[in-house]
Amino acid sequence: MTTTQQGTLRPPVSEDDHVLGPDDAAVTLVEYGDFQCPHCARAHRVLPKVLKRLGTQVRFVFRHFPLAESHPDAVHAAEAAESVAAQAGNQGFWRMHDLMYDHQRDGDDSLDDAHLAQYAGQAGADPAAVALDLSADAYEEKVKSSFMSGVRSGVNGTPTFFINGSRFEGDWTTVDSFAAALEEAAQ
Amino acid sequence: MSNTPSILPAGTPAPDFTLPVTPDQQISLSELRGRPVILAFYPADWSPVCGDQLALYNEILSEFHKHHAELLGISVDSAWCHGAYASQRKLHFPLLADFEPKGEVARRYGAYREHEGTAARALFVIDAEGVIRWSYLSPPGVNPGADGILEALESLDAGAHAGSTGGAA
Repeated sequence: MTTTQQGTLRPPVSEDDHVLGPDDAAVTLVEYGDFQCPHCARAHRVLPKVLKRLGTQVRFVFRHFPLAESHPDAVHAAEAAESVAAQAGNQGFWRMHDLMYDHQRDGDDSLDDAHLAQYAGQAGADPAAVALDLSADAYEEKVKSSFMSGVRSGVNGTPTFFINGSRFEGDWTTVDSFAAALEEAAQ
Repeated sequence: MSNTPSILPAGTPAPDFTLPVTPDQQISLSELRGRPVILAFYPADWSPVCGDQLALYNEILSEFHKHHAELLGISVDSAWCHGAYASQRKLHFPLLADFEPKGEVARRYGAYREHEGTAARALFVIDAEGVIRWSYLSPPGVNPGADGILEALESLDAGAHAGSTGGAA
């Protein structure tokens, strides 16, 4: 059986990724996430505290894994994040990432194209340019390629985390358990 | 660990079966001869992990279809239950009801969990000739993902094309 190969991050983290934290961190945490997924929003409330506790020991990477059949706005949300990143850089990407998760539960339309453009403006990008990118599917391929890298890595739902390249099967729902797993990996 | 099933390994001819796919329609494995078949046994409709697993397969059906593979989900739930589940989750592949006699097909694949009375979370990739080429048993609480299935389908393609210099896959 190919058990040992299952759940290995492919491709490894590179300069094409959205990275938060130092390149020489002892631990690399990768999340495959979906901006419309309620579990990912839950993880988003846990993660900042976990990352703070680990400090410079960890770098955090976000890759897109929108489940389009379950979450109709997820693909555009991911594409909007890419459009913002292209205009407003890494910092813009992370602002957009935070805004979408923070507003996810505001209402049924909280991630529709109009709201995405609004958040894009708050994240430092031109809302009209982002709207244009969305209607032109400018980042469709980029998001799809992120999704397929997740499939090849053994992502099995969202969120799926990889710690130093291996799929994390433990508990990410509390700060203590998640931080402990990362601290162990940092040893 | 006596409750851990022992699934049929690669190289075994896949046991044929006929199961309901809707309350008034049946499907036989042998009808699908000539192309690869992915059998995904799972414990139950509606349970959260299965939901994620089937939702994932639903998203990547086009990848399976690139290999001309047919995906069949199988659990011990009835055809009526499958119908409601597939429609609520917008699943675009068949769910087979291993309902009567309960779990008989799962048993034949070594993928039945006696104590729970459900199928195990077991995956089989069957080639065009009806032989199991890859199988994988996942712990019940762990969603196995799709990387193993895609790798198995790719090695089937590689095997089928071996010796030919044929063009793009």
